[in-house]
Amino acid sequence: MDFLNALVALSNFVLIPAIAYGSQLALGALGVTLIYGILRFSNFAHGDTMAFGAMIAVLVTWGLQGMGVGLGPLPTALLALPVAILGCMALVLVTDRLVYKFYREQKAKPVILVIVSMGVMFIMNGVVRFIIGPNDQKFADGERFIISAREFKQLTGLREGLAIKTTQGITVVVAVIAVVLLFWFLNRTRTGKSMRAYSDNEDLALLSGINPERVVMYTWMIVAALATVAGVLYGLDKTFKPFVYFQLLLPIFASAIVGGLGNPLGAIAGGFVIAFSEVTITYAWKKVLTYLMPEGLEPSGLVQLLSTDYKFAVSFVILLIVLLFKPTGLFKGKAV
Amino acid sequence: MSDPVKNTLLFGLVAALFVLTGVFQSANSALTILNMGLISAIMAIGVNLQWGFAGLFNVGVMGFVALGGLAAVLIATPPTEGAWIAGGYRILVALVLGAATVVAAVLVNSRLPKGRTRSLITFVVLVGGFFLYRAVFDPGVAAVEAINPAAAGHLGGLNLPILLAWPVGGLLAAGAAWLIGKTALGLRSDYLAIATLGIAEIIIAVLKNEDWLARGVKNVIGLPRPVPYEVDLQNSPEFVERSASFGLDPVTASTLTVKLSYSILFAVVLLTLLIMAQLALKSPWGRMMRAIRDNEVAAEAMGKDVTTRHLQIFVLGSAICGLAGAMMTTLDGQLTPGTYQPLRFTFLIWVMVIVGGSGNNFGAVLGGMLIWFFWVQVEPIGLWLMEVITSGMAEDSGLRKHLLDSAAHMRLLTMGLILLLVLRFSPRGLIPEK
Repeated sequence: MDFLNALVALSNFVLIPAIAYGSQLALGALGVTLIYGILRFSNFAHGDTMAFGAMIAVLVTWGLQGMGVGLGPLPTALLALPVAILGCMALVLVTDRLVYKFYREQKAKPVILVIVSMGVMFIMNGVVRFIIGPNDQKFADGERFIISAREFKQLTGLREGLAIKTTQGITVVVAVIAVVLLFWFLNRTRTGKSMRAYSDNEDLALLSGINPERVVMYTWMIVAALATVAGVLYGLDKTFKPFVYFQLLLPIFASAIVGGLGNPLGAIAGGFVIAFSEVTITYAWKKVLTYLMPEGLEPSGLVQLLSTDYKFAVSFVILLIVLLFKPTGLFKGKAV
Repeated sequence: MSDPVKNTLLFGLVAALFVLTGVFQSANSALTILNMGLISAIMAIGVNLQWGFAGLFNVGVMGFVALGGLAAVLIATPPTEGAWIAGGYRILVALVLGAATVVAAVLVNSRLPKGRTRSLITFVVLVGGFFLYRAVFDPGVAAVEAINPAAAGHLGGLNLPILLAWPVGGLLAAGAAWLIGKTALGLRSDYLAIATLGIAEIIIAVLKNEDWLARGVKNVIGLPRPVPYEVDLQNSPEFVERSASFGLDPVTASTLTVKLSYSILFAVVLLTLLIMAQLALKSPWGRMMRAIRDNEVAAEAMGKDVTTRHLQIFVLGSAICGLAGAMMTTLDGQLTPGTYQPLRFTFLIWVMVIVGGSGNNFGAVLGGMLIWFFWVQVEPIGLWLMEVITSGMAEDSGLRKHLLDSAAHMRLLTMGLILLLVLRFSPRGLIPEK
């Protein structure tokens, strides 16, 4: 019984949150890694692209809620998602045309593009704050739980409860759908194949008649869709706050680099590595250990390795370790 | 127009802006802006050293500046009574233990033959060391933080003159920079950017959460000053007499004197650094740096150790940022970790360097003063602009209220826009590199 209780507590506080968070990070890291693979720079504006997409979703959700349209138990934000994706696509395509295209044609050094993306980041951040303000915004509605801790206890008779939030369930489902779609697109369609070819060897791809501008356009559209989905899921799960998306930049980059920049599979793996390390290291293990340890040996402290304030430090340390020992990442990315 | 004339005109223009502020607003606010402008110029010199000389992209300026601020607290505040006995030494021992753990792990990793045993021993050393460290560290922290938490709850400093904190701030920043540079330099340029972004966030997180160090978000206030206090000046009959001879009342005269003394101090530091940076730029070392920046492969072929040189200049530039950070905390008289934001302390400095002219020290100084001036003045201008735009709308219109409230966020937009426009249309900046 104690073992089961420990398992439930572990799932409730570590596994489920980490899986949800990992899916969000993986979606974010996929966007970063695609830009890196095809446009060949680290896009610092990615966090704020996520914020922009999520902002449109929040606004549309409010509109729908105002009109009384809803999805019943599911959050209304899912209805707003397609509109948000289109809005975000429009934004990144305009940005690309106005800003990045010039440097691409000049064949500017990657570091210049990184600086430029930093400028874009601040403009996007400014736009988001200008439109929706810097504060927390709530837009989740519908059922709060798929299964609440109380129901679970009644159902199983265990002392520990297991709560699965609707947003966590939706996060995982939507992330799986998005990843399946992405891989189908990259591996099965003509455009997807030309994108991979362009990423592997630019010159050869150009020689075989692939239109670079088209590849770049599709990349931005996919990245916008991924970023919006990631942003909306994160906002639903936690809360929408523009500054938080800027702070997500570090774990997202860490995920992409741990997996190997430019490698989509690696980005997904990296997202989960970072999420699980972050949650396990900042979780107070006292509860789980109390169930597992023999009587008398229970820990007296919280057994929390690091306070939650340092969760960024976890992704940072992992990033440093990977850079020191395996700069190409776990899945052989392209960058050294 | 020849270059020297143009540059003199540009600096004259900036000086005119400050004089105009003095005339139209007040001498006091002109000096306030000038003081921060001088500090910003120093930060810009630091970033210019990294970016302009060596092409290194440092997005962690904020962290190095904050470390400088920490130095001001650690050097200049009086030690908290009993804190060292209660837990200070314990914390110190714990930190040494932590460092020893890392060193031991590195040693194990480098000495033992590659294989599973090595990984296992490294892991055991790290995990065991971590728990040992926490076991020693936590009680110490609890004891220190329990001492008079409303006013102290931290170790306090060494009670030394605060001017000493300036070089120490540089040293702290240099240490952090060495750590980052050692890991991320030699790899792709983007990695340095990401690593510095990370270290800055972490330094701020440490400052906010380690209350025993510098009281965290409870802030350390009332740092000692290198210049006299206004009250003392006002109480001194000599000073009152002298200010009367200038036709000033003692209160205004005392604030002006204090601010002016700060300006002089800062200007001395700025000039020293400027001269040193100029000498470095003109020296064989500076030429080598630029050669490496322009063509790493060729420089390497000539026998230059690119990574070591990059590390050198990265540490130097960061140290200057740390120095400026200590100066800033001295000027504020308080350390408030909550106020460190990447926009203000990283991004703004970048705008200064790029607008001023990357690779040119005078450009960095000009950019620092100019952009800081606009940074301060853009808010009233933005508010005024919004009022003009919305003046046609109804008094109670929701849109009007929203626009007026959002005027504060104009800064982000304006600075981003300036950066992109300069990068696109005048990438060499106001005073280009020769």
